[in-house]
Amino acid sequence: MLGPDVAWYLAVAAFLFGIGALGVLIRRNPLIVLLSLELMLNAGNLALIALSRHWHNGSGQIFALSVMAVAASEVCVGLGLVVAINRRNLALDVDKLSELRG
Amino acid sequence: MSGLVVASAGNALVWVVWVVAAFSCLGSGVAVVTFSNPFFSALALIGNLGSLAVMYLLLSAEFVAAAQVLVYAGAIVVMFLFVIAYVGPRRETPWSGGPSWQTIGAVGAAGALLIELVVAVGMQASGSLSHDGKVGAAFGTPAWVGRVFLIDHLLAFEITSIVLLVAAVGGVILGSHTTRMDPGTISSDAAQERRQDVEVVR
Repeated sequence: MLGPDVAWYLAVAAFLFGIGALGVLIRRNPLIVLLSLELMLNAGNLALIALSRHWHNGSGQIFALSVMAVAASEVCVGLGLVVAINRRNLALDVDKLSELRG
Repeated sequence: MSGLVVASAGNALVWVVWVVAAFSCLGSGVAVVTFSNPFFSALALIGNLGSLAVMYLLLSAEFVAAAQVLVYAGAIVVMFLFVIAYVGPRRETPWSGGPSWQTIGAVGAAGALLIELVVAVGMQASGSLSHDGKVGAAFGTPAWVGRVFLIDHLLAFEITSIVLLVAAVGGVILGSHTTRMDPGTISSDAAQERRQDVEVVR
């Protein structure tokens, strides 16, 4: 395998996942929370594809494609929620949208 | 001898491409999280997805790289930009006023998650991640992915289509409400009162 070993790709994936988790935890704008979720999903995809290449097994790539479909669904529903929140003139802030808190 | 030189030059070239892609991937990831304007965050996500597609190409996953650019940068980010333009510019200043307990806790939790990932992967896979592997020329091509997807993983394919259908129906239902509130109603009680007022007027 030319270039770096799979461990380097896994390191990049781990750091990207950490950055995405930080964004989900720290930001209050639901749009940026969704963007950070995309970062986390992409980190998972990178690890899946790196290990798929490493083990010569196609299942990782198939899993990555399924994750892409799930990400598209999640963005569809998440952006629908953002539009619904905006239409009701509620504050676009995940700390203030706490009506469902138990 | 000359073949060896060519091979090592190719190796160095792949390393250079990988380093550029990895740093732009992590840098644009940091940019997504830190920009105060969501519009620039979405633009930074395009750079992140592009550099990830380069890494997928280095891992001989050509079809997934193409799907990444088409589905993510072409469809998902465009949908994000559309909603950001619809919602309007809402700046958030997460870094002003010094670190709050929430920020410190979030950084601590994300750091703990990162350390946990590194330790888990390192303990499970130390030693077995360094041997090099050769794959055939067909690995990652659309024909090969289609064969694996539609023969070996047909159930996953069908479930994916159902998930997408359900998400589309959910998006339509979420977006189909036409009731409008007066501007400035932040709390739910005020919204409830306005709703009752509107019904009385009707």
